[in-house]
Amino acid sequence: MERVQCLELIYPEIEDKLVVTIMGACAQELYDLGHRENFFYLQHAMGLASSIGLGLANHLPHEKVIVLDGDGSALMNLGTFTTLARYRPRNLLHIIFDNGSLLSTGGFESHTTSGVTDLAAIARGAGIEHAVDVDSPMAFGEAFVEAMERDDLGVIVARVDAVGPDNYGMDFALPENAFRFKRCVQERRAATGWTAPPMPGHTGAA
Amino acid sequence: MVFTGCRVTQPVRRFGTTGCRASGIARPEPSTHPSRMTVSYENSKAVFDGIKAAGIRSVSALPETWLGLLLQRAEDDPEVDLIQVAKEEEAVGIAAGAYFAGEPHILLMQNHGFFGAMNGIISLAQLYSVPLCMLIAVRGHWGEPYPWHTRGGIVTEGLLQALNIPYHHARDPALVAKEIAEAYTLSQSSLSPVALLLTRDLMEV
Repeated sequence: MERVQCLELIYPEIEDKLVVTIMGACAQELYDLGHRENFFYLQHAMGLASSIGLGLANHLPHEKVIVLDGDGSALMNLGTFTTLARYRPRNLLHIIFDNGSLLSTGGFESHTTSGVTDLAAIARGAGIEHAVDVDSPMAFGEAFVEAMERDDLGVIVARVDAVGPDNYGMDFALPENAFRFKRCVQERRAATGWTAPPMPGHTGAA
Repeated sequence: MVFTGCRVTQPVRRFGTTGCRASGIARPEPSTHPSRMTVSYENSKAVFDGIKAAGIRSVSALPETWLGLLLQRAEDDPEVDLIQVAKEEEAVGIAAGAYFAGEPHILLMQNHGFFGAMNGIISLAQLYSVPLCMLIAVRGHWGEPYPWHTRGGIVTEGLLQALNIPYHHARDPALVAKEIAEAYTLSQSSLSPVALLLTRDLMEV
């Protein structure tokens, strides 16, 4: 199974979800399917995509938040599983594409390559009740649909091949992605009747 | 017993079984031993009140001794949304998520936690122009009796300067609410991490 197959499967379903993806191949494949204003690409700071997802989900109970993570990034922030389990945001789905490789930095084997380390078992051990491991597009699609219908925190570890896109590049600067994503999130929140709080000390004068 | 791990330097009795959980937040008894200082009950309240007065209701933190009474208040206050992290770098991601959601957020950590959060601060917050308002307990500085804090205390300001993070020392409980609001405002207007350093003068009695 290739990661891009999984992304193609869920692409129509994440049109109205807040999506945070990790760097490199995963970000590029999602972008190449077609950028949307509700997509945030974390092109560095490995491990923190799931933490961003928690910060979003915690304050936006009306939204579904999808985190697209990788084995290399997840291994850099294993503590996130315990934090997610403790606060259990019911509107967060954490998808980890496990290709057993640090693909974007030269394809070095990650710790999951050997088959000894089981990320879904780590998530369950951390206290996340719904953590599954899938290795076919059919199983991935079913797990995704189940997770969307379930009102609870979920983890899907998808075993994928260590392949990525041939070309990399996006037509916006990184802060521009952050600004536009924030605007998108807050406009959706405003539609629920929320108004942004004023900044302390702001008097209106320059 | 005294647990002497590097982020806990106080006798466990301070938050003992007769403490805050059952009957409100216990006022610790001042110690007369020079190396057994006590966290200031009044000033912890001043910091907490300052956070709320700045309009902030969303807090991420990793517990540490000087922040203990403050975090108990955050935990007990139904208006405040507190997320305790396993490592401080997670809090940078959580803060970014809260920022995207439009929620005023503050990070509470020890200086050694700041060191552990550094790549997130650089490669998420600074790279993407995401503001961070950090309250950092500065251990290992003037008057520090515990050797294990000292190396971190010595390098903290140099690292803040190397990262171009504006910082200010909070020493006076009468000023700390204003300083918190100012730190938060600068973080938002500059779209940058800002550090308010909680000093021994403020946090201990």
